[in-house]
Amino acid sequence: MSDAVTAAATPLSAKDFATDQEVRWCPGCGDYSILKQVQTILPQTGIPREQIVIISGIGCSSRFPYYMNTYGMHSIHGRATAIASGLKATRPELSVWIVTGDGDGLSIGGNHTIHLLRRNFDVNILLFNNQIYGLTKGQYSPTSEVHKVTKSTPAGSLDHPFNPMALAMGAEGTFLARSMDRDPKHLQQMLLRANAHHGASFLEIYQNCNIFNDGAFEIFTEKGTRAAETLVLEQGKPLIYGTAKDKGIRMDGYKPQLVDLNAGGYSADDLWIHDEADMYKAQMITRFFDDPTAEGHFPRPFGVFYAKERSTYEDDMQLQIQEMVATKGKGNLDKLLSGKETWTIG
Amino acid sequence: MSVPVQIVEDVVIKFAGDSGDGMQLTGSQFTNNSALIGNDLSTFPDFPAEIRAPQGTVPGVSGFQLHFSSNKIYTPGDNCDVLVAMNAAALKVNLKALKPGGIIIVDTDGFDTKNLRLANYADGVNPLENDSLRGYDVHKMDITKLTREALKEIQMGVKEKDRAKNMFVLGFLYWLYDRDLTSTFSFLHDKFGKRAEILESNIKALQAGYNYGDTTEAFTSRYKVEKAKLPAGVYRNITGNVALAYGLIAAAEKSSLPMFLGTYPITPASDILHELSRHKNFGVRTFQAEDEIAAITAAIGAAYGGSLGVTTTSGPGMALKAEAMGLAVMLEIPLVIVDIQRGGPSTGLPTKTEQSDLLQAYYGRNGECPMPVISASTPSDCFEAVYEAVRIAVEHMTPVIFLSDGYIANGAEPWRFPKSADLKTISVTFKKELAEGEAKYLPYKRDEKLVRPWAVPGTPGLEHRIGGLEKEDVTGNISYDPDNHQHMVKTREAKVEMIADHIPVQTLDSGPESGDVLVLGWGSTYGAIKSAVMELQAQGKSVAHAHLRHIRPFPRNLGDMLRSYKHVLIPEINNGQLIKIIRDKYLVDAIAFNKIKGTPITRTELVTAIGELLG
Repeated sequence: MSDAVTAAATPLSAKDFATDQEVRWCPGCGDYSILKQVQTILPQTGIPREQIVIISGIGCSSRFPYYMNTYGMHSIHGRATAIASGLKATRPELSVWIVTGDGDGLSIGGNHTIHLLRRNFDVNILLFNNQIYGLTKGQYSPTSEVHKVTKSTPAGSLDHPFNPMALAMGAEGTFLARSMDRDPKHLQQMLLRANAHHGASFLEIYQNCNIFNDGAFEIFTEKGTRAAETLVLEQGKPLIYGTAKDKGIRMDGYKPQLVDLNAGGYSADDLWIHDEADMYKAQMITRFFDDPTAEGHFPRPFGVFYAKERSTYEDDMQLQIQEMVATKGKGNLDKLLSGKETWTIG
Repeated sequence: MSVPVQIVEDVVIKFAGDSGDGMQLTGSQFTNNSALIGNDLSTFPDFPAEIRAPQGTVPGVSGFQLHFSSNKIYTPGDNCDVLVAMNAAALKVNLKALKPGGIIIVDTDGFDTKNLRLANYADGVNPLENDSLRGYDVHKMDITKLTREALKEIQMGVKEKDRAKNMFVLGFLYWLYDRDLTSTFSFLHDKFGKRAEILESNIKALQAGYNYGDTTEAFTSRYKVEKAKLPAGVYRNITGNVALAYGLIAAAEKSSLPMFLGTYPITPASDILHELSRHKNFGVRTFQAEDEIAAITAAIGAAYGGSLGVTTTSGPGMALKAEAMGLAVMLEIPLVIVDIQRGGPSTGLPTKTEQSDLLQAYYGRNGECPMPVISASTPSDCFEAVYEAVRIAVEHMTPVIFLSDGYIANGAEPWRFPKSADLKTISVTFKKELAEGEAKYLPYKRDEKLVRPWAVPGTPGLEHRIGGLEKEDVTGNISYDPDNHQHMVKTREAKVEMIADHIPVQTLDSGPESGDVLVLGWGSTYGAIKSAVMELQAQGKSVAHAHLRHIRPFPRNLGDMLRSYKHVLIPEINNGQLIKIIRDKYLVDAIAFNKIKGTPITRTELVTAIGELLG
């Protein structure tokens, strides 16, 4: 047995994915948990370290590649998605991960994010959403709630925020999921699902910035409120939530309706059954994006919203090359240079 | 009865009409035909930025100038011998460039009241009916009517029939210059083969134009330009952008790197994308990105993965790519950025030529960000020059800027194309494993050329991280150390400067090794400078010509060369850019000659400018 085979046969551990670089996020940052979960699941995927490439842009989250003992590039603001597109187009066999944030991926790099999704490169986008600009020390972001008071908006922000899931859906994404830094198990599951999807996976991760936007997602992540405010999506299961699993969501004609399973005569059998492959349902679930303090608001969904395979850009690109080789023959440089019409002198 | 054929050496024809009249096609067909009979040639297509500028107006005029000769020629010609004007506006715009006594062929249908008004002729003034064209040899034909007449048997609308007018004109000129129609027949078959009526109307109009020459006695002589006395070899006709595309394919083949083009459509660079996308059977991957930034960053991603990363654009796009170029400089990966320059600033003059991105190429990035700059001087030179750009990028692990411009990108000339076997291999070494005694991969450990190793994802044991933050020397780890930063800035510059040891020394294109005037050029001014200098040399003047391909770094001997002449003249189609760099670097009191009109510098203009220096 050769050394290479022995090495490959030895299962890797989370430790094998750590580097000697000092992790420089603020103490208490949600990024630590995400890093840990990624290092935990990668050995389970069985992908050799050298086949993994992590590409990031600029922002707190974008420091990620330095802490992963894989190939990695910490690039420029907003462009990780475009760089990853070029890499994946030319090296389809690599496992390409993009680490980005709400500013990097939805503001300065929003254009590349939507185009990557529609092209459906087989990459995994981890969008760390903390609803704030951390690295530049606390300006509002495109996912910050309106009227947010920050350094750059002392009188409150005016912009209506993005709904990242609805945006990804509108951009023809083929895999959409949401998780949170505070739920390691769920996050691990979602990371594994994102990796397993053949196509562009868009995983939004609610991540707490304890310095500039502490507690932004507290209502969804803390024990006391979590059960009442979050809806955990599971394939083939009814949409049930609530502290006592006593609330559900059903379809009332064309509209989703919140129902109380203890009163009103509805049972679990009447509820909406989650189907990841149903685009229409997924569209609606992305719209469960209410202000959690509003009267009659919907719970915030977590889990896989939508997953449907569609051919990937890099596969189609490869196919086109093969087809052109089949019809025209492999490129012949001398034929190309001479062209069809030549003349001879002397 | 047949009209006698007179042998002439040199002809310049300008085809001019409305932008919907098909003058570019007519011009390029005549060009191919001239190429196939072995004339030397040079072309200058000149068209409006609008796809259909207002019909009949002066801004809507589209022109194609073709210079063909039995001698070696270097420019499309300052003035023309023959002007084909399909309407009044075309005559108005181009008359000033017609030589005294020159031939004018007009379509009288384009000189009706409406067309005269659109061309801003005063009420009641028709240049065909007053004596304003005295001194020219004017041939009036109702081309529209003649074309319709020729196509009367074909079942199609009048509008469709009128589209074949340009073929009538082409046929007539084929007769006038004693040509064979075969090349255009086969072109039409390729283009319209599946649309029988359009094919038939074009062929009939072409033949009708030829026969019209034969049967009328409009001309008392026909002309023939013999095969040019070019160096022996096999030739083809080529435009700059196609030569550039071929140069990239050849370089990819000869470096055994798969090519990836990330690009966004922009005039006048889009034809490179069009051409490359037709050759996927060479393994070429073309990616039409969502914007200029995605175009270059995708190419960076591809280069990081071990492909030959290329992005093509023009000035406005290059401005958008600046930050990403800085990333490529930091990453020290090979990348070729092609800028087909056009008139600026901002959107500027999209279809007109200019050399005004040189300073942008040299300096236009944040931080100390040196990149090699290479330029092409003629359409066919784009092949060799871009091949050299790839060689430098790959062998020196650096992004390289390649400058061409609209004039040579769209212009055509005969090309004695090389054989694949004669192209020099471009050597690429990927780092595959740790060397003996190497405990860890050090991405910024340099060789004697200051070049770092290229280790691509997928290589076991060489996992590493790189990025846009300042690197620690050797390890590539993030470093904010002040001394390290200064060292790295100096090292990146020294690496680019050291390329000068691996490029040819500057040679003179012509002229004495010392003397009165050295004309130093770069890019598309080559032909005009060459012809002007040769003319003055023939008069016994002490004038030399050197033309730069390598603009950064300059060849090692350039300073000495510049100091060997009393005067150095630097002609540029900009407000003086190379001259700033030359003065800065060599403290030579060079003199500028600038033209910023969106058109090439002419031989005559240069002869005058050089003459003034000679005193």
